[in-house]
Amino acid sequence: MGEVILTMKDIDKTFPGVHALDHVNFELEKGEVHALMGENGAGKSTLMKVLTGIYTKDSGSIIYEGREVEFHNTHDAQEAGIVIVHQELNMVGDLTVAQNIFIGREFMKGFMIDDRKMIEESRKLFDELHISIDPKARMSDLTVGKQQMCEIAKAISHKAKVIIFDEPSAALTEKEIEDLFAIIRDLRKQNLGIIYISHRMDEIKVITDRVTVMRDGTYVGTLITNDCTKEDIINMMVGRVIYEEPKTHSMVPADAPVVLKVDHLNAGKMVQDVSFELRKGEILGFSGLMGAGRTETARALFGADPKTSGDIYINGQKVEINSPRDAVKHGIGYLSEDRKRYGIVVQKTITENSTLATLEKYMAGLFINKAAEKAVTEQYIKELDTKTPSADQLVVNLSGGNQQKVVIAKWLVRNCDILIFDEPTRGIDVGAKNEIYKLMNRLASEGKSIIMISSEMTEILRMSDRIVVMCEGKKTGEIPIEEATQEAIMDKATRDIA
Amino acid sequence: MAKKKTVISQEIIVAIVLVVLYLIFRLISADFGKYTTFLSVMDISYYYVLMAIGVAFPLITGGVDLSIGTGMICYALAGGFLIRAFNVPTGFAIVVTILFGLGIGIVNGILISLMGLPPFLATLCTCMITRGLGSVVTGSFAVPWPTAKQANGWFHSIFKIATADKTKLPLGLLWIILLTLIMQFVLAHTRFGRYTIAIGSNKEAAILSGINVKFFHVMVYAVSGLFAGLAAVAYAAVIKTVQPGTGAGMELDAIGGAIVGGVSASGGYGTIYGTVIGAYVIIFLKQGLPYIGFNANMQQIITGLVLIGAVCIDIVKRRVIK
Repeated sequence: MGEVILTMKDIDKTFPGVHALDHVNFELEKGEVHALMGENGAGKSTLMKVLTGIYTKDSGSIIYEGREVEFHNTHDAQEAGIVIVHQELNMVGDLTVAQNIFIGREFMKGFMIDDRKMIEESRKLFDELHISIDPKARMSDLTVGKQQMCEIAKAISHKAKVIIFDEPSAALTEKEIEDLFAIIRDLRKQNLGIIYISHRMDEIKVITDRVTVMRDGTYVGTLITNDCTKEDIINMMVGRVIYEEPKTHSMVPADAPVVLKVDHLNAGKMVQDVSFELRKGEILGFSGLMGAGRTETARALFGADPKTSGDIYINGQKVEINSPRDAVKHGIGYLSEDRKRYGIVVQKTITENSTLATLEKYMAGLFINKAAEKAVTEQYIKELDTKTPSADQLVVNLSGGNQQKVVIAKWLVRNCDILIFDEPTRGIDVGAKNEIYKLMNRLASEGKSIIMISSEMTEILRMSDRIVVMCEGKKTGEIPIEEATQEAIMDKATRDIA
Repeated sequence: MAKKKTVISQEIIVAIVLVVLYLIFRLISADFGKYTTFLSVMDISYYYVLMAIGVAFPLITGGVDLSIGTGMICYALAGGFLIRAFNVPTGFAIVVTILFGLGIGIVNGILISLMGLPPFLATLCTCMITRGLGSVVTGSFAVPWPTAKQANGWFHSIFKIATADKTKLPLGLLWIILLTLIMQFVLAHTRFGRYTIAIGSNKEAAILSGINVKFFHVMVYAVSGLFAGLAAVAYAAVIKTVQPGTGAGMELDAIGGAIVGGVSASGGYGTIYGTVIGAYVIIFLKQGLPYIGFNANMQQIITGLVLIGAVCIDIVKRRVIK
């Protein structure tokens, strides 16, 4: 192993209400590929953002090439030779490959941009990396894989000494991943330090030299990849103390009827051949890592995204769901993971939000029957225990938990019997979380059926009667709560794809 | 392996449309073929085309500039007023007119880029303000610039000169061609042009690449204002008297021209030569349709339909590429 190029020591970072990084340590040597692993929300991205100057650390030190450094923005970090290849590609689709690689630092000939030189230099870069991309091609005409190669070329053209790959393989095909690995091995040979963030256990084994594991914003440990097993890493990732008691057995009676059956659902790359059943009064947990295709499955089921094939049965009857309107008509409600974008209209009152999906019920001729609207809203404020001075309060003034209740009210007013909760407690503080949990349990006991998508393992284990695990667009397992453990779920969620 | 695109560029389609339109009008109407008609169509075209060239830049960033129509009238009023009321040299008035446009453009840019107003809203406000401002400056009176026969009316010959045998030549067309070439070069081969496209295509990526996006975003609107100022001079040269309170709606023809000429309605793509050709399509429709028996209302409807067609081509093109 080579000499140490980067040391991050005792890095601490607190956001309002969240201790995102709790005295984290990280070390990178020249000529090594170092994996950074952890569940969603473990703090990997935050750590990298602190390193590249997007966030400012509260305390701790970063020593780079023997000197203590503090970058104020990505540009500073780039200048120093630390570049990040983002998971979402930062490319200008309407410009050419060469124009993208040199954007912001074009070669000039007087007033004129020297496109010819940029093309030449790009060609040299690609030769160095042994990849064949036409520097004159329009960026948006390239495949995602090729675009990523361009990002890497751009990173290297910055005279990078440390390259951070943030889940680089998420959108790549097998072949493209092989090409990517060839490049990474090449870079390692050139003595660059490489940080590799990924969820794919098999990749970690193939490409990395060491693994650092984080959990809940803390540093768990660093292992030599060749000396450890997949199970070692998983145990380090999930080995936290569970504060909330997981459910021990299913609350659903054995004879509860199947209310929803999804049969061989396909929708693009993220939903491949997904089948499952949901029974009356059941909370069905959907577990998996980010990008496993859970939200996409829900959206396809709800008609928000087009599906390529598959059948949906409600109460045994085959139904056609091609739009959210169809879904709602069949009693399916969807609570988006991104409340502010899809769930509520924040600048409107609770009343207006509650009846948004059902306004036709509250019309008196051409006009809205305000009294009836208000009555039903107040009924649900009481029933869901929403904390608000009045039904006329603007939703923007409510806390996250109470906003979530308004969304729930909206679907209950609509008489939905099947509710899809997508990350129901994201951005909600601990106390309010418990209330949402209680509410979901009550809804289930009253006969509503719930699909709960969650990236939080504890939430899955605490709420679900049964757990569906997804990985890379496929359903990789179905576990009754009685047999569910964090390890069992994580194993399926990171399953090596054959 | 980028797929070879078989889509013909919209610029070529529009150029063909322009030629076909011209031929149809000539075939049906003998009057349209007259040289004097050609001259008057050219006269009208200059200020529309100048506005279109300018507004192409905000459009390519995914924004818009609605202030150029009323702005143009406002700047022309101000310049003319200086000559009438204070007897300033014409050259000075022209410079003030152009700088006024540039100034309002910079104001737009600051509102949008630094203060974060949506382009539609910011320029709608300056549209209203310039409309009122023109009237305030002149005390609501119409302002005639010097006529061609007057001594200080030399600026008319920028756009139209008479030869020795009294034939008039549309000199303005030469300037339009020249400006088209210059601005196309600016768009395709300078940092400013490249970042204009980058802002329209993926602003986030542009920021992350360390580009001073705020500055360039202001410049985009400054260019649009500058060309509205130039258009004001062209307007004063061909329209005898500048009327306060007019100009609203002219920006739509200019914007329409740019869109017809292939500027993407969602930003990220466009050419200046396409914009100019597109603007001429709109002008031909405006000026030519009455010659073949369509009244002004019909002409509006047809122009609207042509715009829909152009935007559909853009949308289909984007889908094909995806």
